[in-house]
Amino acid sequence: MQYVETRGPAPVTERMHASDRELAAVWRALGSVLDPEIPVVSVVELGIVRSVERGPDGWAVTVTPTYSGCPATRVIEDDIRTAIAAAGGEQARVVTALAPAWTTDWIAPEALAKLRAAGIAPPGAMASHDTPVAARPVAFGRPRAAIPCPNCGSLRTAELARFGSTACKAQYRCADCLEPFDYFKPH
Amino acid sequence: MPDSGHLFDYLLRLGDNGLVLAQRLGEWVGKGPVLEEDIASTNVGLDLLGQARLWLAYAGEVEARDGKPGRTEDELAYFRDSTGYCNLLLVEQPNGNYADTIGRQFLFDQWHVLLLGQLTLSRDERIAAIAAKAVKEARYHVERSTGWVIRLGDGTDLSRARMQAAIDALWMYTGEMFAVDATERALIDAGIAADAAALEPHWRSAVQVALDEATLAAPTDPWMQGTRERGGKQGVHTEHLSHMLAVMQSLPRAHASAQW
Repeated sequence: MQYVETRGPAPVTERMHASDRELAAVWRALGSVLDPEIPVVSVVELGIVRSVERGPDGWAVTVTPTYSGCPATRVIEDDIRTAIAAAGGEQARVVTALAPAWTTDWIAPEALAKLRAAGIAPPGAMASHDTPVAARPVAFGRPRAAIPCPNCGSLRTAELARFGSTACKAQYRCADCLEPFDYFKPH
Repeated sequence: MPDSGHLFDYLLRLGDNGLVLAQRLGEWVGKGPVLEEDIASTNVGLDLLGQARLWLAYAGEVEARDGKPGRTEDELAYFRDSTGYCNLLLVEQPNGNYADTIGRQFLFDQWHVLLLGQLTLSRDERIAAIAAKAVKEARYHVERSTGWVIRLGDGTDLSRARMQAAIDALWMYTGEMFAVDATERALIDAGIAADAAALEPHWRSAVQVALDEATLAAPTDPWMQGTRERGGKQGVHTEHLSHMLAVMQSLPRAHASAQW
């Protein structure tokens, strides 16, 4: 497994070299690929696209899976190839990198707002207690920080179940507006 | 460098634990005791299945290093008989009632999270990368299963009796988790495998804390199944595994060219 540095999309300017413009076009195309299970955020905003490089046999897009068993992974790979082809790019290959493991800390700030607008409480930060992963005590039985309701903002919310409609979400309920909602788990 | 046969066997052990337990959890689909638990058990199963795919795909690549035709993850899953499976006896035990399922999960999760934590330090970069991903999932699993052991143990008379009976019945399969054989010894010495024996005191204390809170008693019978290099890791299984595999493997064996 290779460690891959993250590179965000470069802005398009007149002075850019032709290949830079093509790279920016690929990043733009990737920005249109939505997560099939949370279709309000793109795969770039989710932080699963780790790098884009041009190799001798076309574009190589490195992605990292969210959860090991996430059923959306295959669909996302297909969608990435389709989007780049539709943008007029040459053939694209999707490379999977496991390390470093994906974390919700890589979700873009603007995507957190989109999640909230879609009724999904966004995840809190993971980084503060991320290292070393093996040494962290299991948090069982400790009081958790209150998760604000994405509908009314109330902090009087309670966990209904630790697992929800997808691997990345838990089920919550608001005691004030009485609405159930999904919580994107910090991971 | 230990021979790749040991590494292949070790990867099968890691992958088969996830695959077999995922299949067991999948048997609850549509008939969990409450909707949330139905979803939770299948979510845990999905994580374990995803991890199993990563381990078995790597096993197939290691197999090919010896010039053999390396098998794909599907070939390994569907075309090995029970004697070729290397999972722990614990994970192949039947679902039983929900306390049995939770007890099995709790005893496994408490071990799994320790094992994966150690494997993040493996000198094999691929193993370390898979473990770093899987341990995040396992931490969540152990919170859930431990929570249920406490709720059921410190619950009604009936739930407490069933939770205690489940722990008592499954206990004899836990010794195998910490038994190190020649395969693991060679890989431990090479810095590749986790030293399972070293995990045991940590596992015991974590399990004891949870059982105490659940008002349950830790079994005292020292008899353990499969610890003398004749257990699940060596392909010697309880009867239950063959029955489970018969269901899991029937479709691809009847229609060998079937595509999902």
